Amino acid sequence: MTATVEITGLSKRYGKVEAVRDVAFSLNAGETIALVGHNGAGKTTLIKLMLGLIRPSSGGVRVLGEDPARGDFAVRQRLGYLPESVSFHMALTGRETLAFYARLKRVDVSSANGLFERVGLAPEAADRPVRTYSKGMRQRLGLAQALLGEPRILLLDEPTSGLDPALRRNFYDLVSDLRARGATVLLSSHALTELEGRTNRVIIVNRGVKIADGTLDELRHIARLPTRISVQLAGDGADPAWVNGAARWKRREGVLEADVLPEEKIALLHQVTANPSGLASLTVVEPTLDDLYAHFLSGQDTK
Amino acid sequence: MTNILIIARKEIQEGLRNRWVLATTLLLAALALTLSFLGSAPTGNVGVNRLDVVIVSLSSLTIFLVPLIALLLSHDAVVGEAERGTMLLLLSYPIGRSEVLFGKFFGHLAILAFSTLCGYGAAAAALMATGAQIGAASWMAFASMIGYSVLLGAVFLAIGYLTSTLASERSTAGGIAIGVWLFFVLIYDMALLGGLVAAQGHAVPAGLLDLLLVANPTDAYRLINLGSGNAGALSGMGGISEQSRLSVPVLTAALIAWTVLPLGWASFVFSRREV
Repeated sequence: MTATVEITGLSKRYGKVEAVRDVAFSLNAGETIALVGHNGAGKTTLIKLMLGLIRPSSGGVRVLGEDPARGDFAVRQRLGYLPESVSFHMALTGRETLAFYARLKRVDVSSANGLFERVGLAPEAADRPVRTYSKGMRQRLGLAQALLGEPRILLLDEPTSGLDPALRRNFYDLVSDLRARGATVLLSSHALTELEGRTNRVIIVNRGVKIADGTLDELRHIARLPTRISVQLAGDGADPAWVNGAARWKRREGVLEADVLPEEKIALLHQVTANPSGLASLTVVEPTLDDLYAHFLSGQDTK
Repeated sequence: MTNILIIARKEIQEGLRNRWVLATTLLLAALALTLSFLGSAPTGNVGVNRLDVVIVSLSSLTIFLVPLIALLLSHDAVVGEAERGTMLLLLSYPIGRSEVLFGKFFGHLAILAFSTLCGYGAAAAALMATGAQIGAASWMAFASMIGYSVLLGAVFLAIGYLTSTLASERSTAGGIAIGVWLFFVLIYDMALLGGLVAAQGHAVPAGLLDLLLVANPTDAYRLINLGSGNAGALSGMGGISEQSRLSVPVLTAALIAWTVLPLGWASFVFSRREV
């Protein structure tokens, strides 16, 4: 895999506030990366540093092998950016707006028109002033401008905020389409939940520090969060032998519950299901992404 | 260069769409027509060339109105876009910050030039329609008055961009712009007059007076348009300009410097501004 973005020892201070502290990672072609953190965790600052809009206090950013803040901005021709809560010049129509950005990126204006369809903006809406657009339409126009000129790197800051579920699905289809073409897609978000199955890598930042980096499975593995198994016994006979086994069962309203570590899970399930007729129901709840996220955040707080 | 044109084009497009162009053109035309017909009433039809009267009236109008329009257009250019969030996206494109600023400058200047030309041109056309005899020299003076009005507009556009890049909020930029207008258009001349009166007839060194006149772009403009020819005799500025050693090229250079320096400073500040 070829790295498209390389960040080493990156820090950015605004006066006394350290927005980003000693962050390092590299992003590869054909990867979809989620940058997750609370509001104010440093996600937007990281994206601005990758765009070359602000200069790092220390450390380095290389985008497609170049410093994005320097030179003739050739690298920005290959970048697509969707700012958080994107806004446009209200008086112009959607088509004029996109044509303006296409000219700046030296992209053929007629090819830009095809993007309206790709992001799902109706042709009659494209000829209305942006002033009349709803939040979702503005977001789609924002996405259309980010897609101008087949960018190799897409930096999308909170792209799905304000989109309804159908649009959200539409949006993620677009993202996987781009990934298939070999683009690097970085999505920032303050919630992990909706990213399940959409990204192959997650970077969690908190207070300007990177606290986790890996695939969701890897993160689950590192976190070793317990799985919750709930069992309702059939009939009112004596407890089976496994109730007094290694796992700590708690009885709540007739339901037995236990939190077990990943490596003990299979063996325990094997014991529990050895006698199927003794069970009325069995539920296995894997830790959610929010649990995972909370785990990493609290892990940092105790340090 | 292409980027500057793209930005300028967008500014003009926006100016047409949000009626800025229409409003300023109509305002200038209405006032110019009013002034040129009211202004010709006291002189009647004898003696002076009527277009010269119009030049004197319109020059005075320019000094009040053109700086105001220029500052209204420009004070919002940087800080307003930054506040609305459009600047962030624009700067992520392959375009230098100075190109953004110069593109906006040329776009706004084109709007101002169009309004001035159409507005003041309407006054001249109306005068022609009444069948007045106008000499070639008067036409030249009229054309140069329009040209210098646009240049005066450029000066205040540049000053407006400087306030817009220095201010961190739109309202601050607006406040500073009004202050700039009041200072150069009203307060400065009053203070100058007060100073001359306070000198009680003692001769003010000519060099100092020249410096004071060049230090205010509106005074430089006044001296260029009202200081010579028939307009000088009509406006009473001829007396001052005879005293002063400032020639038209020097005054023009002063106006150009008043444009280039604030614009250069604004570009420098903007290149270091955090977005």
